[in-house]
Amino acid sequence: MTTPTIVPTHNFGTRDPDARGYFGAFGGRFVPETLVSAVEALTEAYFEARQDPAFRAELTRLLVHYVGRPTPLWEAARLGAASGGARVFLKREDLTHTGAHKINNALGQALLAKRMGARRLIAETGAGQHGVASATAAALLGMDCVVYMGTEDMARQALNVFRMRLLGAEVRGVDSGSATLKDAINEAMRDWVATVADSYYLLGSALGPHPYPLMVREFQSVIGQEARAQILAQVGRLPDAVVASVGGGSNAMGIFDAFVDDAGVRLIGVEAGGEAITIGRHAARFAGGAEGVFQGTRTWLLQDADGNVTATHSVSAGLDYAAVGPEHAWLQSTGRAEYAWADDRAALAAFESLARLEGIVPALESAHAVAHVAALGRELGPDGVIVVNLSGRGDKDVQSVANLPGGRA
Amino acid sequence: MSRLDETFARLRAEHRTGLVAYVTAGDPDLARSAEVIRAVDRGGADVIELGVPFSDPLADGPVIQRATERALAAGTTLAKVLDLAAGLRADVAAPLVLFTYANPMVRMGITTFARRAREAGIDGVLVLDLPPEEAGEARAAFVAEGLDTIFLLSPTTSVARIRRAADLGGGFLYGISRLGVTGARADVADSAESLAARVRAETTRPLALGFGFSRPEHIRAVGQWADAAVVGSALVQVVADHAGNPDLGGEVERYVRWLRS
Repeated sequence: MTTPTIVPTHNFGTRDPDARGYFGAFGGRFVPETLVSAVEALTEAYFEARQDPAFRAELTRLLVHYVGRPTPLWEAARLGAASGGARVFLKREDLTHTGAHKINNALGQALLAKRMGARRLIAETGAGQHGVASATAAALLGMDCVVYMGTEDMARQALNVFRMRLLGAEVRGVDSGSATLKDAINEAMRDWVATVADSYYLLGSALGPHPYPLMVREFQSVIGQEARAQILAQVGRLPDAVVASVGGGSNAMGIFDAFVDDAGVRLIGVEAGGEAITIGRHAARFAGGAEGVFQGTRTWLLQDADGNVTATHSVSAGLDYAAVGPEHAWLQSTGRAEYAWADDRAALAAFESLARLEGIVPALESAHAVAHVAALGRELGPDGVIVVNLSGRGDKDVQSVANLPGGRA
Repeated sequence: MSRLDETFARLRAEHRTGLVAYVTAGDPDLARSAEVIRAVDRGGADVIELGVPFSDPLADGPVIQRATERALAAGTTLAKVLDLAAGLRADVAAPLVLFTYANPMVRMGITTFARRAREAGIDGVLVLDLPPEEAGEARAAFVAEGLDTIFLLSPTTSVARIRRAADLGGGFLYGISRLGVTGARADVADSAESLAARVRAETTRPLALGFGFSRPEHIRAVGQWADAAVVGSALVQVVADHAGNPDLGGEVERYVRWLRS
C-alpha cells in the first residue's frame, strides 16, 4: 500500500447557506438583540478570513505541526471481520493533539478571535473535549479562556476539568436546568451578552446562530477532505457509507461534507439512544423530537407539547444534548443523510469491543458510531466499504465506565 | 389606535414617565400570579408585561431564572398564561404585553398563538430571540390579529436596525439600557442615556428603557430620556420574597406604588 502525501485542506465557501444563514428551512439567527451586531460582525470577519491566504496558511501550519494532521485512516480489519466481513476504516481523530476532532474548530475560531481583536474566549463544553481544545488554543495564542460546564458533566468528566484548569482556563460550573451541555450553552451566551465588546464566543459544535453552523463545519471539513483522499488512495474507490456520531453534529458534518456531492455514498449519523426512546431518557432528536427554535437556530429538538425543552440522557456527555445542528436537520429533510441511534448498552459494548479488537479505546461519543458498524457491515457484506469517524479517544471515559454498575473492564 | 398607543399618548400628554412592570406569569403559581398581576395594576403600572416561563431562558439573569423554574414547576405553560390573561383582562386596566421566547410560540403554531393572544385580550407581543430579521412571519400574524409587535433595541444595535425596528414594530420600542442579562443594579447605566439619544434621533415611536431598574429615582432618571422605565427582576424578587405571605398582593401593590412615588 502506498502512502500518498496528504496536506490538510479545508472546504471553504462552496456550500454556504443562504444570506440569512438558512439550510433549507433550518438555521437562521434567533438571538437576543444585543448579540445581533456580534453575529453580524463575526460573519463578516469569518467570510474575510476564510478567503485570506495568510489566515489559511497559519491554520494549516498549526494543523500540521501542532495538531498532528493529517490523521491516519486505519483499516480496522478485525472489526471488519466481526462486522459481516465489510472493510471498515477508522478516521483517527482520536490521534489529534488533545484527543478529539474539537481542536480543528477551536484553533480555527481562536485564530479568528485573535484577528478580530478579542482578548478573551468564552466556551461551553459537554464531555470536556471542546473545553480542553479551547483552553489549549487560548494557551497557545495567549488569550484568557472561561469554560462553562454543567456540574453533572463535571462529575462524569472530572479528568477533563483538571486538564482545562491545568491549561490555565477558568471552569465555571453550571447547575441550572439539567446541569449539562444545553445549560452550559445558556450560561455561555449570558456571559457573551454582557462581555460582547471584548470577548469571543467559541462555540464547539455546528449549532447556534449563523455563522456558527457553517463556520464550525468548514473548520471541521478537513476531516472529510483527508478521509476522501485517503480512502481513494487505499481502496481505489469511494466508500459505500460514512458513519459518524451526532451530538450537535460537528464531527459528522466535518466528515460528511466532502461526500455530500457523491450521491452513491450513504451518510449515516448516529444519535444517542440512551436508555430508551421515551421522553427524558435519550438524545435521539430525529427519533423523538420535533422542529423548533432553540439556542439561536431553527432545527429539530426534544421538546414537550408546550415547547419546553425536555431533559435528555446519554451515557456520553458529548451527545447528551436536546437539539441537533441545523444542517443535519436539512440533510435529514432532503433524505441526503440518514439518522440512526445507538443506545447506551450498544455504545458501551462497542467501547469494549474496539479496545479488544483493534487496541483502540474510543470516546463514548465515537463508540456510538462504532456500534452502528456491525449491523451496517452485515447489510453491506464483504464487498462493503465503510468509513467511520472515530472522533475522539476514550481516556476521559475510562473512569466512568469502570464505575458503572457491573464493574466493566 | 391600539391600547398601547393610547397609553403612551396619554403619558406624553400628561408629561409623566410611564412604568412598565414585568412579572413572570405563573409565579409562584397560576392562582397567586393572578393576584400579583391585579396588584401590579392597582399599584399603578402603565403597562404590564407577562413573562412566559420557558425551560431555557438564556437572556435572563438569576432572579427571573428562578421565577421561571417556580412557574414551570407549578405547571405553567403558554396556553395557561393565555388563559390567565383572559381571566384577568376585564379587571386589569393596563395594556398587557406577552414577553416570551420563540419556541413555545412556534410549538403552538404562530397563527394559532396570535389568534389566541388576541382572544385573551393581549395587546402586544415581545419575542426575545426573534430579532426583526427573523420576525417576518410572526409580525404578519400579529398585525393580522391587531397585536403590536414590540422589538428590542440594545446599545449594540446599529442605526439602520433602530430604523427597521421602529418601522416594523408597534406600541413601543424596548431599549435594553445595558449589556448583559436581566437583573436589578444599583445605578442607571450611562449607556441608557446614549441609547435613548440614538433612538430619539431616528424615531418618535415611544421608548421604554429596561434592564437593571428597581427604585423610584431610577424611573425619574429614565424619564429624562424616555417615555417609560421597565422594572422586572426587582418586582419578581418582591414576589419571590413574599410568595408564602397571605398579603402577597398587598406587598406587590405597595412596591409598585413606591416605584411611582
